[in-house]
Amino acid sequence: MQPFDLALIWAFIIGFGVIMYVLMDGFDLGVGILFPFAPDEEARDTMMNSVAPVWDGNETWLVLGGAGLLAAFPLVYSILLPALYIGVFLLLAGLIFRGVAFEFRFKARTSKYLWNWAFAGGSTIAAFAQGAVVGSYIQGFETANGVYVGGALDWLTPFTVVTGLGMLAGYALLGVTWLILKTEGELQAWAYKLATPLLLAVLVIFGVISLWTPFVDEQVLERWFSGISIIWVLPLLTLLFAWQIWRSVRNRSEAMPFVATMGLFISTYLSLLVSRWPYVVPPNYTLWDAASAYNSQLFLLLGLLFVIPIVLVYTAWTYWVFRGKVKAGAGYH
Amino acid sequence: MDLDPLLLSRIQFAFVVSFHAIFPVFTIGLASFIAVLEGLAFKTRNPVWLKLSTFWTKVFAVVFGMGVVSGIVMSFQFGTNWSNFAQASANFLGPILSYEVITAFFLEAAFLGVLLFGRDKVPPGAHLASAILVATGTFISSFWILAANSWMQTPAGVELRDGMFHVISWSDAIFNPSFPFRFLHMALASFLTGSFVVAGVSAWYLLRGREVEANKKALSMCLWLLLFIAPAQAVVGDFHGLSTLEHQPMKVAAMEGHWETSGDVPLLLFAIPDQENQTNHLEIGIPNLASLILTHDWHGELKGLNEVAPEEQPPVAIVFWSFRIMVGMGMLMILFAVTGLVLRAGDRFWRTGWYLQGLRAMSIAPFLAVLTGWFVTEVGRAPWLVYGIMTQAESVTPSLTGAMALFTLIGYIVVYAMVFTAGVYYLMRVLYVGLEGAEDEDIDESDRPARPLSAAHVPFEIGEAGTNPANQGGH
Repeated sequence: MQPFDLALIWAFIIGFGVIMYVLMDGFDLGVGILFPFAPDEEARDTMMNSVAPVWDGNETWLVLGGAGLLAAFPLVYSILLPALYIGVFLLLAGLIFRGVAFEFRFKARTSKYLWNWAFAGGSTIAAFAQGAVVGSYIQGFETANGVYVGGALDWLTPFTVVTGLGMLAGYALLGVTWLILKTEGELQAWAYKLATPLLLAVLVIFGVISLWTPFVDEQVLERWFSGISIIWVLPLLTLLFAWQIWRSVRNRSEAMPFVATMGLFISTYLSLLVSRWPYVVPPNYTLWDAASAYNSQLFLLLGLLFVIPIVLVYTAWTYWVFRGKVKAGAGYH
Repeated sequence: MDLDPLLLSRIQFAFVVSFHAIFPVFTIGLASFIAVLEGLAFKTRNPVWLKLSTFWTKVFAVVFGMGVVSGIVMSFQFGTNWSNFAQASANFLGPILSYEVITAFFLEAAFLGVLLFGRDKVPPGAHLASAILVATGTFISSFWILAANSWMQTPAGVELRDGMFHVISWSDAIFNPSFPFRFLHMALASFLTGSFVVAGVSAWYLLRGREVEANKKALSMCLWLLLFIAPAQAVVGDFHGLSTLEHQPMKVAAMEGHWETSGDVPLLLFAIPDQENQTNHLEIGIPNLASLILTHDWHGELKGLNEVAPEEQPPVAIVFWSFRIMVGMGMLMILFAVTGLVLRAGDRFWRTGWYLQGLRAMSIAPFLAVLTGWFVTEVGRAPWLVYGIMTQAESVTPSLTGAMALFTLIGYIVVYAMVFTAGVYYLMRVLYVGLEGAEDEDIDESDRPARPLSAAHVPFEIGEAGTNPANQGGH
């Protein structure tokens, strides 16, 4: 029959892609969330400059995520998108506004405040929508015969509102620790000051979510409380990273807060995955149920193996062409 | 409230895809134009080519940026509104759309950065290569997306098992019967769009006496190209039509407003199709011409719309009129291309006022032609989504309600109105500042390869110091 479990390979590829997107877009969304609270307009210029070179590429990864999901796990694509219909629209609208604001704010003078709002509002809505998506994934989806049969606003429950807020706080923390890493002087001092309260907010909301999650669904309760297993390492790791963030912010270390926040995200993400593994459309469909045809998965995988190294080579070349430090603050004309 | 989610989803898809389509159709042609300019600059070292290339690259950056933004929406439309179709066709469409991302989008993104900001950082040859690779990327992208669309029009290489298409032959599915015609038709359409926009903008500058030498060269290049591709498009369009007649006869019947199967079919110039009564009003036509064009026989028989039940017919009026607008635009394009040749006698093409004014107006002609052309092919396949196999009604998301669809339809209209008004307004500013603004600029820290728009050093608001070309023009 089939020599490889391609569905499993694809699950790892997509899973890896999702966390890469979350980490990469997370900190620049976080910078957007923090935008209205920045000390002054000059600080906003610096904040935007710090993420300007990198945010755009992430949108291509998002498109690849959409297309890749359709190719490898069409059932996930065709159940989640209808279920999250309104949320997906809000997410896209948010991303469009913030993307365009990025470009036009640098060109604007008198209309600058409008683009400030577009950037902050778009980032906040997009982050909240992503958090709500995570929440509704834990909740599970009402399906029958491979089709979503729930309502338009099933994704919006008290639980998903809390996960949405959790994502907001988490991205803000990523953003603030990114600013600690990339800026200096007054702005950095502001970021240091904000880091600890944000960490507290993240811990409180993540704590609420962790306590709440097992009671949202029996499968999840079973997974975590049927016995002490290896997966309990993950929440412990999360706490360890939180402690590391707190300590490194207090010691005024520059890189560690950002690295530890990424660690916190990764361990939380893994905890989420093991809660539902191997279900990709909880509670009914596993990754094998959702997979596309073997030859389709193979056709794309071969292409990926062949094309991605080439993509990496020329991408690396363009990075090399534009090597050197981005000076924050000096920005736009 | 009685809202039809199917109808609203169709309107929404038509809206977002039409909006998206106008950007890539322009950038595909423009990318090749820039590559040619870069090649000329590389070979001749004449600074005029460099000036033109720098200016049009800025325009490219803004339009490309808007194409990317509106394209993100497209990759989620299949799932949100057409989930049954997405599920059924995923085995083919999923890999095809993914291939578009990995073979085209990354190529364009990476080398666009070098094209926009790398002129002083890489050797001239590498800069030229980047321009060529960006142009290549735009074609690779249209290859995949047109393969996907053509497969929906003329499905091949698949078999339907348990409600899902399974691919039997990838080459048959990708190179399906309508693909070669559609690809060629679209490639020429992109060149026509690029040429008429560049010609129109150059004409406008020439009317105002701005940068005459450079704009005259640009206009001349466009007119030479148009002389070949405008007539070529008519020929390719004809072949495309014949292939459609073979595979989608009802679409052709709607294009011709032909209700009853018969011979001696006239070519209708005007008619008001009446779907309810299955007839036309106020017909004006040229006898037997449709028979001759489509069957190459004076009395040739053409299948009429009455071959299928009324509910299996496409909306005739939209297809009928869109087709006439497209062809009309095509004729106008040929007329302008030939007029340009005539005006070369005595070197008048760049200083004949009425011709330049006409070219200005013609800037929108290719966009009209492309949109109406797509209306013909997309509306004309109704009620089918995958022709002959899966209808639009079977494809729509089952859980979608009319209220949900209406909410997002209004939402997309509002978001696009705000975002693209700003974008088009800014593009107008770039055009207004013109080639003169191409000088005395340096790259600053905020200019990074990943940000297309940062290539255009034009402030957002009117009335900034040093950007008013009225003070600089008049050579």
